[in-house]
Amino acid sequence: MDKIMNWIDARFPLTALWESQWGKYVAPKNFNFWYYFGSLAALCLVMQIVTGIFLTMNYKPDAAKAFDSVEYIMRDVEWGWLIRYMHSTGASMFFVVVYLHMFRGLMYGSYRKPRELVWIFGCLIYLTLMGEAFFGYLLPWGQMSYWGAQVIVNLFSTVPFIGEGLGTWIRGDYTISDITLNRFFAFHVIALPLVLIGLVAAHLMALHEVGSSNPDGIEIKKQPKDPKTGLYLDGIYSHPYYTIKDLMGVVVFLFVFSIVVFFMPEMGGYFLEYNNFIPADPLKTPEHIAPVWYFTPYYAILRAIPSFFNSQFWGVLAMGASVVLFFFLPWLDRGAVKSIRYRGTLYKSWLAAFVISFLILGYLGVVPVTIWGQFPDSWPLLGGADKATVLARILTLVYFLFFLLMPWYTARDKTKPVPERVH
Amino acid sequence: MKKLIVTLTAAVLAGASTLALAAGGADLRMSPAPVHRLDAESLQRGARNFVNYCLNCHSAKYMRYERLQDIGLTEQQIKDNLMFATDKIGSTMTVAMTPAEGKQWFGVPPPDLSVISRVRGADWLYNYLNGFYRDDKSVTGWNNLVFPSVAMPHVLWQLSGPNRLEIKEFDDHDKAVAAAIAIKGLAKVEALPGGKWAVLQVGADPDAPGQLQPVQYREFVADLVNFLDFVGEPNKNKRISLGIAVLMYLIVLFGIVFALKRLYWKNVPH
Repeated sequence: MDKIMNWIDARFPLTALWESQWGKYVAPKNFNFWYYFGSLAALCLVMQIVTGIFLTMNYKPDAAKAFDSVEYIMRDVEWGWLIRYMHSTGASMFFVVVYLHMFRGLMYGSYRKPRELVWIFGCLIYLTLMGEAFFGYLLPWGQMSYWGAQVIVNLFSTVPFIGEGLGTWIRGDYTISDITLNRFFAFHVIALPLVLIGLVAAHLMALHEVGSSNPDGIEIKKQPKDPKTGLYLDGIYSHPYYTIKDLMGVVVFLFVFSIVVFFMPEMGGYFLEYNNFIPADPLKTPEHIAPVWYFTPYYAILRAIPSFFNSQFWGVLAMGASVVLFFFLPWLDRGAVKSIRYRGTLYKSWLAAFVISFLILGYLGVVPVTIWGQFPDSWPLLGGADKATVLARILTLVYFLFFLLMPWYTARDKTKPVPERVH
Repeated sequence: MKKLIVTLTAAVLAGASTLALAAGGADLRMSPAPVHRLDAESLQRGARNFVNYCLNCHSAKYMRYERLQDIGLTEQQIKDNLMFATDKIGSTMTVAMTPAEGKQWFGVPPPDLSVISRVRGADWLYNYLNGFYRDDKSVTGWNNLVFPSVAMPHVLWQLSGPNRLEIKEFDDHDKAVAAAIAIKGLAKVEALPGGKWAVLQVGADPDAPGQLQPVQYREFVADLVNFLDFVGEPNKNKRISLGIAVLMYLIVLFGIVFALKRLYWKNVPH
């Protein structure tokens, strides 16, 4: 065995790669619950790729056959139903995991210097993942696939001057059609997965270069080394400690994942929408088009922005900005400490307001704007306005202020002193 | 954890409101469908009902006849009793009527029923099939409490009899809702002009009884819906039983991994 390894290492840095990326990587010893979601996101990626490969063997990217081929997978392909449910549940669970992973970053200031690039690669992964999910959602060719894609592509048509041409360019046709399905298939199964894998590699390499943060926000690399072990005082080897700990997280995750896959694969219409069991019909617009749950906060922001100068483009702009703002966090945050443990009430309140806004916006993005009715006509200013839209506007404001006021409130915040050693 | 609770609450709220909307407004009260996925006899009766009454206009083009072995029928039983249009057991449940003909005859082509239970849900189907009543003003002579002005005529009318729409008036909304709840079945509360409220329900016409008693008819429909639920996802039983095994395996695996983790982490100083 040693001989083989020596032979390889003389020609390719296999041992060095393993040791720098995981085997001898030193991580803080105090990772808590929130630190499981990185490895779980990697698990989701692998699962989506593997199940995706098997789905591709039986799926037909053809407007006349796509819906049929999905039902064929569900009924006639050996274990096809399991592979398909794993893939559809995996898509949603990927977003659950990524959202929790991002929330961890917000709570413990994981994006702060020197981890700016780790964060930016992460944001790029998130953007790519959104594209990947969007392209994939067209493939079953159900009513929601079709009309969801129609709505999203039409967003690009609101861009001033070039909009109409841009929409046609994306679709390859004047409406969503077989041509669109074919190119979305290409994006979904090869283009974006390649980008994702590249970005994930960059995310991990950058992380393993600067080292992991932790719930205390203490830089363990600034600590002296233990003379006995040669490690930083609060550092431990990832392997075997976090290998085995993350494995425990994997089993718990798979338990939750299996509950969905085996007992509630539609997840009440949120993971698989009921209307998507109706084949796409370009002539019949569904009464209510709602995007899949992981896009709904942004959809609510889109709908909340009124049109100015006869253009809906402002809503699209706001929606884009709400995602892009994440990239700037490392420079918006001017707090003296990284972790929420030592932050003051100002940051804590803003983070809570942000999370609550995000969740309620997510809810509002699912339901029609008329859900709560309108304010009475006699009311000044608000008279006749949809109650849900007014709330969505307030929450959109909170969402943006969380980012835009961050330089001010993080600098002013009364922080607590950070200890030298982790808890 | 708090976040999780908020998410779940939002999900429940959203789910409840979507359901209410799917029912066409909060005023339609449906009774739950008595669907039992493990009741093979009910499924077999449902299959018989389906091929005899539905499979002339409606196809189930993703469903193969041989799959009926999953509900306890033998190949010979399927061939002898359920296959009228084909003699190949591997064929799917198609019909001779083309969508164009269907459109010409009914205004809309009768939809394929392979995954209808996944679109509408068993409860909706059960109440829909119990919701037909005589309506001379409509094109077909029939109307439906669950799906008003539906293009489908009441195909099962000889079994149920030509039911009538029964309307009761109430002075206020609360009384109307109370009366609708007391029906313990399909009922609809509707606003009337002048601030009054009406409770609508479908009832048998005593002068024209059907071939089946109302209770028998509901059982007939329940079997049919049970079968449609099976057709929507023939692998459901397999999915659920495998799921239980997988969860049990994961519990055991967790025990092992948890013990391993404790063992390794013992020498990490706190």
